[in-house]
Amino acid sequence: MSLTESQIERYSRHIILKDVGGAGQQKILDSKVLIIGAGGLGAPAALYLAAAGVGTIGIVDADNVDLSNLQRQIIHFTPDVNQPKVESARQKMAELNPDVKVITYQTRVYSENISEMIKDYDFIIDGTDNFPTKFLINDACVLAGKPFSHGGILRFNGQTLTYSPGHACYRCIFPEPPPKGAVPTCSQAGILGAVAGMLGTIQAAEALRCIIGKGKLLTDRLLTFNALDMDFRTINIRKNPNCAICGANPSITELVDYEPPACDLKR
Amino acid sequence: MNLIISGKSEEVSLNEGTVLELLKVKKVEMPEMVSVELNGNILRQHEYAATTVKEGDQIEFLYFMGGGSLNCYE
Repeated sequence: MSLTESQIERYSRHIILKDVGGAGQQKILDSKVLIIGAGGLGAPAALYLAAAGVGTIGIVDADNVDLSNLQRQIIHFTPDVNQPKVESARQKMAELNPDVKVITYQTRVYSENISEMIKDYDFIIDGTDNFPTKFLINDACVLAGKPFSHGGILRFNGQTLTYSPGHACYRCIFPEPPPKGAVPTCSQAGILGAVAGMLGTIQAAEALRCIIGKGKLLTDRLLTFNALDMDFRTINIRKNPNCAICGANPSITELVDYEPPACDLKR
Repeated sequence: MNLIISGKSEEVSLNEGTVLELLKVKKVEMPEMVSVELNGNILRQHEYAATTVKEGDQIEFLYFMGGGSLNCYE
């Protein structure tokens, strides 16, 4: 397959990059990325991946758009309130770039459906906001040998790590989910909208660089930033040989659903 | 003693102490929400009380971060 005239124009600013070129753009067009969560992280990631021409984008979310989402979930617009998030996201991606095939999954992910969902994708973006799902995505991707991007945000802070088979996973940093009572309730959390955009955009850039196979991914490194002082750091992370999922003798060999945290605040 | 915390050299009012004591001295809120990396190795929480920190050690406090979408379970 070769690029059409219109694709050469659309992706010209990619194609002129020495590390992308026509071959890299073709890889992007042939790639499949699954975004779990169409929220603060998934929204910017979905827009940038659609704009970049990722051939197939899967998007997973069970929820409807809420007015309080619009401060940061930039793929959803005011008229989308009360509509399913995956449908709102699909419309925007389709309008942005007709080259992209969008597959929607209006569901939560859990241990029974995640393996089937991720199996056809080249890269997975964790855009979820809760620890049971974050651990589930990590474990499913490690077991399936799929690269994925972890993203977390809180107030003015963000953190992201890319898992690639053979490298440190999320559990190498955080062996177990936090105790249930310790998780700050949603009403205490809060997030600067632009911080979600920064982090989701980094995750999209990780997916694209993984697809084109250029540069150094955020493997074995946790990128953290504090946007209050605008301070960025990367912290080296060693693969834990005793990790319960990616270690030499894993104790986790099948997926488990952790009990979801209780939350009193509606989305 | 002097420690490298989050990449910055810092004088900590602790002579010989454990990671657990360091968390207290540094007033880390909700230590159960933090993963501690000591000289490149992630510690398990049950190791905090038995692991001593020494002059010049490199410490990272890695916080659990979820998401901002407040997409909670009902």
